Amino acid sequence: MQPIPAQSPAQSPTPSRSNLAGWLYVSPLVLVLVPFFVAPILVVLAASFFATDGFGGLTPGFTLASYVEVLHSALTLKLYLATIKFTVLTWIFTLIIGFFVAYFLVFHVRNQLLAIGLFLLCTVPFWTSNIIRMISWIPLLGKEGLINQALLALGVIRQPLEVLLFSDLAVVIAYVHQLTIFMIVPIFNSMARIDKKLIEAAIDAGASRFDIMRLIVVPMSKSGIALGTIFVVSIVMGDFFVVKVMSGGGSASVVSAFYEDVGVLQYPTAAASAVLLTLVLVAIVSLILRTVDIRQEITR
Amino acid sequence: MKNDRGDIELAGVCKSFDGVTNVVDGVNLEIADGAYCCFIGPSGCGKTTILRMIAGHEDPTAGEIVIGGQNVVGLAPVQRRTAMMFQSYALFPHLTVRENIAFALRVRGQSKADRLRAADAMIEKVRLTSFADRLPAQLSGGQQQRVALARAAITEPRVLLLDEPLSALDEQLRVQMRQELRRMQQELGITFIHVTHTQLEAIALADLVVVMEQGRIKQAGPAREVYAHPRDRYVAEFMGGQNVLSGRVEKVNGASFTLAQAAPDGIEVPLQARPTVSVGDKVDIAVRRDDVALVRPGKELPPGCTTSLPSRVLAIEYQGYFVKVMLDTVPDDEFVAYVPEKAFFADPFTVGDVVMATWATGSALPLA
Repeated sequence: MQPIPAQSPAQSPTPSRSNLAGWLYVSPLVLVLVPFFVAPILVVLAASFFATDGFGGLTPGFTLASYVEVLHSALTLKLYLATIKFTVLTWIFTLIIGFFVAYFLVFHVRNQLLAIGLFLLCTVPFWTSNIIRMISWIPLLGKEGLINQALLALGVIRQPLEVLLFSDLAVVIAYVHQLTIFMIVPIFNSMARIDKKLIEAAIDAGASRFDIMRLIVVPMSKSGIALGTIFVVSIVMGDFFVVKVMSGGGSASVVSAFYEDVGVLQYPTAAASAVLLTLVLVAIVSLILRTVDIRQEITR
Repeated sequence: MKNDRGDIELAGVCKSFDGVTNVVDGVNLEIADGAYCCFIGPSGCGKTTILRMIAGHEDPTAGEIVIGGQNVVGLAPVQRRTAMMFQSYALFPHLTVRENIAFALRVRGQSKADRLRAADAMIEKVRLTSFADRLPAQLSGGQQQRVALARAAITEPRVLLLDEPLSALDEQLRVQMRQELRRMQQELGITFIHVTHTQLEAIALADLVVVMEQGRIKQAGPAREVYAHPRDRYVAEFMGGQNVLSGRVEKVNGASFTLAQAAPDGIEVPLQARPTVSVGDKVDIAVRRDDVALVRPGKELPPGCTTSLPSRVLAIEYQGYFVKVMLDTVPDDEFVAYVPEKAFFADPFTVGDVVMATWATGSALPLA
């Protein structure tokens, strides 16, 4: 509850020693992050400025040609719009479902053991691989799938719905199925820390269920919502596999374009696209962090 | 029909959470409109459950709760026109002081201008004007308590329920906020029901003190009555300030009886609260600690004292205006004398001294 002093004067007698201790504390993370995160990004960054002979050979140097090519392509804009459409749709559905699942688990399941059990149940889809999970949609959504057969049997439709599988709808369904857990976990976490007495105090003041949700639960779950949003947005924007499989090749995403580039050995254009996407994501994430001070919310 | 009466009647109120044991077990009580009532008892005695049932956050398993002549069981807190101040306050951490206080008006659909004006008036009443825009985490404990009080009082409830309102504060602040609570109660003129486990708090504040044990009321009455005339051993020991002795009745002689005890001649006790004792009964009596005088052996007893018990001084604690002398007067119970500071230091005892503990015969109180 106490505000933590931003920088307390070093208590130890020799500042250099405390510095050393600090470096030792961060060294494991540095040892992982530098070779596996910082270095590859630098390589990609460098490659995006290189020239290419068109057959996979790179000429070290500095040219903005790849960027010019990517930015001038009408395809880039189209792909970004398509990706943003998937991102927004997925975000809306995961947010709504994730929020209410977390709300139910935190405020309506009185038995904590049961709540934990149900929470674990949410993770069951993750016990199997992504590919299996996507293939499993076929018997459900496919032309001869359960939904179509049920609708046909009920006489609601005469022709099987083609839109269910290998379509944008299927892509969104697969994303929502895959990513809702990334909303549930952080929102559950921030909701679980809301003192139940606050809800009681709100009831005492005459607040309706909706008032409590609007004025207490949502504002106090903001940090969880922001974290979940970051997870979902960055995963959807960085994905090409789900789009490719679930749309049956009919739709593409930003990443699928530079996957193609890599396939035809156009490394600098692929690298430039990757750098561009990273910048876009950084901008989105910093916008989210600007609206919600996650650090402050978490220390609260 | 708007009814501003805040008198409360509990009739046969029971509460059981597991269907087996009653946390609150057949409580009957009447609280007058505008009274300051304190429920006191050890933790787990059911006092908070009673409070929550009056507030409407818990439903009684059996019995009726009547506020202002209307049975409120099953009604929401708003319909009861009660307001509760929660233990550790439960202030909304993401709202400023002003927004916290205006919250109840906001959910009642009052316009922003109206509710902020009302909140500011209330903020002034609890003297927090310069803190109106702060968040609760930026306030001290005493300030948070005042915000909680203001938030509860803003809806003009007819009953205000306070769940251990002072327990989160340090000693000095507690005394100060105690006065503030009393002042607010008189200013608002509404019924306050206050749950506490601190005896001093209860007797300092309350018009009506309700002592509880295991879901039942042991004694309910004005503070002085409960403190000075405890009905039984439990109340006497819980409220403190009393020595409780037990023994068998040796003989009954008119207006008094004699209790067999360590004293050679027994203890003479006046007959009042307990009119029927017969020889051989086991009886508890209470003697106020500040009524006990200590006399050196062989010296003459003060007037009015007929009983004196030889004792050894076990420990001495200086308490400022009095000195707490612990004695081994009776074998099983503790026996303490509060000696005024000046009297003590006129002829100080040391640990191990043998003294005669005595008291005016009329001040011994037989217990039920």
